[in-house]
Amino acid sequence: MPGTAFHYHKLFLNDGLITSGAYKLTLEMFFQNFLNALQWGSFYALIALGYTLVYGVLLLINFAHGDIFMVGAYIGFFIASFFLGSYAFHLPFALSGNVIFVFTVIITMVLTAGVGVTIERVAYRPLRKKGAGRLYVVITALMCGLVLENGNLALLGASRKSFPDLIEKSIYTIGGVTFTNIKILVIVTTILVFLFLEAIVRKTKIGMAMRAISYDRVAVLLMGIPLDIVIVFTFILGSSLAALAGILFVTAYPVLEPYMGAMVGWKAFIAAVVGGIGEIRGAFVGGFILGFIEIYVAAVFPSTLRDLIAFAILLLLLSLKPTGIFGIARAQKI
Amino acid sequence: MAILELKNINHYFGGLHAVSDFSLKVEEGELIGLIGPNGAGKTTIFNLVSGFYKPTEGEIGFCGKSISGLKPHEVTGLGIARTFQNIRLWNSMTVLENLCISQHYRLGYGFVDSVLQTRRYVDKEKEVIKSAREFLEILDLKECENEYPKNLPYGLQRRLEIGRALTIRPRLLLLDEPAAGMTAGDIEQLIKLVKWIREKFKLTILLIEHQMKVVMGLCEKICVLDFGEIIAEGIPSEIKKNPRVIKAYLGEEVTVNA
Amino acid sequence: MKRYLPFILYGILCFVVIAGARSGLIDTYQQLIIMFIGINIILCSSLNLINGYMGEFSCGHAGFMAVGAYVTSILNVWLFTSSQIFGEPVLSPVAAVFLFPVTLIVGGIAAALAGLLVAIPSVRTRGDYLAIITLAVNYIVKSSIENIQVIGGARGFMGMGKVVDSMTGVLNLPWVMIWIFAFTAFCIWVLNHFVNSTYGKGIIAIRDDEIAAEIMSVDTNRMKIVAFTLSSGMAGVAGGLFAHVLGYINPGSFTIMKSTEIMVMVYLGGMGSLSGSVLSAVSFTLLMEILRPLQVYKWVLIPLLLIILMLFRPEGIMGNRELTDVFPKLRRFFPSKEL
Repeated sequence: MPGTAFHYHKLFLNDGLITSGAYKLTLEMFFQNFLNALQWGSFYALIALGYTLVYGVLLLINFAHGDIFMVGAYIGFFIASFFLGSYAFHLPFALSGNVIFVFTVIITMVLTAGVGVTIERVAYRPLRKKGAGRLYVVITALMCGLVLENGNLALLGASRKSFPDLIEKSIYTIGGVTFTNIKILVIVTTILVFLFLEAIVRKTKIGMAMRAISYDRVAVLLMGIPLDIVIVFTFILGSSLAALAGILFVTAYPVLEPYMGAMVGWKAFIAAVVGGIGEIRGAFVGGFILGFIEIYVAAVFPSTLRDLIAFAILLLLLSLKPTGIFGIARAQKI
Repeated sequence: MAILELKNINHYFGGLHAVSDFSLKVEEGELIGLIGPNGAGKTTIFNLVSGFYKPTEGEIGFCGKSISGLKPHEVTGLGIARTFQNIRLWNSMTVLENLCISQHYRLGYGFVDSVLQTRRYVDKEKEVIKSAREFLEILDLKECENEYPKNLPYGLQRRLEIGRALTIRPRLLLLDEPAAGMTAGDIEQLIKLVKWIREKFKLTILLIEHQMKVVMGLCEKICVLDFGEIIAEGIPSEIKKNPRVIKAYLGEEVTVNA
Repeated sequence: MKRYLPFILYGILCFVVIAGARSGLIDTYQQLIIMFIGINIILCSSLNLINGYMGEFSCGHAGFMAVGAYVTSILNVWLFTSSQIFGEPVLSPVAAVFLFPVTLIVGGIAAALAGLLVAIPSVRTRGDYLAIITLAVNYIVKSSIENIQVIGGARGFMGMGKVVDSMTGVLNLPWVMIWIFAFTAFCIWVLNHFVNSTYGKGIIAIRDDEIAAEIMSVDTNRMKIVAFTLSSGMAGVAGGLFAHVLGYINPGSFTIMKSTEIMVMVYLGGMGSLSGSVLSAVSFTLLMEILRPLQVYKWVLIPLLLIILMLFRPEGIMGNRELTDVFPKLRRFFPSKEL
């Protein structure tokens, strides 16, 4: 398969912000990496949220989700280029970068949500209606991911695209720790998203319906909850968050390529499981744990060992608590 | 000697005290009914006996040996078989295969034998199939040998499940609501069947049931549970009159003063 | 006599193909495809044991394949060739002819041990958690190999071509192909006997109802470990063969993508159907070759085809039936041992 180009994640190691290799772990470096880890974990957390939402409702591992993240980044790229006048169309008035950024985010989230819902509608729902086994749906999800990846490769070619600088980067230094406004933006957005989602799931009617479905899908139908609407809503939420993650990601590391979602997606999925899949807090915490492990491992050891150690630690965490950090073992009734 | 002895069993699910200080002695050959309102902890006791749960406190003895802490398949191997409240047959395999797989504990051959189809494999496999066929004959299920369980009528599925438990050659049989969802005709048959297998295989039986007809028609001794506690024990005619039992089932009597 | 008919037919087929390869009637490209079909049959049917028969979700089969591939290749290069890494051959290169299947089996055992390592902690977990564990193991294996510089790290490992050369030097036959034929038949034979024995049907009982299986005296933990070890061992053998077909391996050949490919074959054929696995391995390998001119569009088309297939026939080509169930007449040729 052509998907051996998983070199993407190595890119960010060389962008100068993250120092890898052996060096003395000073306190400054510790805090520097702390911020980096928060940012890196934010991406994982945002994507893991999408996995967890869908899993919580459908008990489906939506393996296409990583690629939805990629699609989000690309849609964002085209929207941003459109506003910047890279195509024949020019806006009659000039907009500042920040305004364009906001527009890009909103439009991209809407469009990507459309992609997610389309996949659900075309590929998953018919299978669900037929009562096909869960594993078949998972395979379909994998195939949808491949279609997105390779469809992108076929349509746009293998060349990388670079995301335009919409937000002017400003660098601050406090006590030897350097950070950018983008980094702050990423971290704050993620925390806001988390609070927002928790509120939706706990306080709104549709959120409660989402939680109810994962417990008993038949009873939920009998209680007059429109199953399909709740599922579509879940996909809207998950996909738009993946789009948000995509745009934030390319704002921080402005390179786009078709396989950018695959590796990050798999990892975010594992993060969601470590946190306890189906749990919003779990995805959030799992994402940050993975971010911290990766950044600190890369800071202390050679970066080639990063995946190895990260996955080993995750496996260890899982074997200590098989249901994940916030997951609850559901008693099997006999 | 008691065949099954539960001593001061306590079991918790998180904060829920599902079984509290439960003690029961079952003598060889007895048929004891376990009744009580829904959620009283009856099935939990079955799960504790069959090793699916490990009791939080207390001791379970089978034929004088402690079995608490054993895995379910080990408990089964010692001679305790059970059926399930909602039928749990292996639906992608035929009726005959269902009755063969339940003899797993006494197969006596392993992976290598099965691949090389050694003498031992052939002999054992023959034995297992022969005994499965015998049970089909006994249970009057012979015509369904190659049928899939999900295609059988409900009553036959129940009977097949009892048959599958019998292939274990148990000394103690736990029946979890065998009459649930059955028609009156089926129930008559079931009562006959249970009486008959009890004689034939010299079984000790523990029975959970809500259908009073079955309980009263079969059990010599009844044990009534409510909120995980035994509230009454005795012969059917006594139990029927016991005020605590009536209270548990029908609620408190209210005197209305005119 | 009839009992041996399938073996005789298969023997004749192998003989014809080998003779064709030897005489040049079947060109190198066609030979390559035939060999990949064999390897894919092993991979697909062995994964079917876990994902189909047992109903678990293992998605790191390529990881075990990698273990087998590297162990076999290193052994062969060390024993039979002079290489930069290991220096002079330990044994006479001629011995490769006899010891090649042994090294393949050693590779299989190594992979089986790796499988055992994964299986023991994961018997308690089911379904989705096994998916994560195997997924992570796939990454860990790949990443470990990348970090062992002695065996080439990310650059890969080569020298297996010389091993094959020294075998053909003794007797000019397509040795790798012969062993692929042999091991493909062996794996199908083992799996077929296993899943048709009452012992092996214990794993189908796990799929249908694990609780009932455990309570009805099936030692579910043990069965899971047996199945997992067997399956990963076979993947290891397939890996060893794969390495010698290509003559060169690198960690990039054993990614999640490879695992996905194997999973796709399993689902295409039907979960819990050995003949389905064989059919789908053959048709999938051929389909990949037919669609090769499409280049990158191939990987759009194939998943699309699969999605459409899922919509119309979600249980795969064969479902969980065997060819003998669909065409009962075939049973004449595949009689089970008289019981």
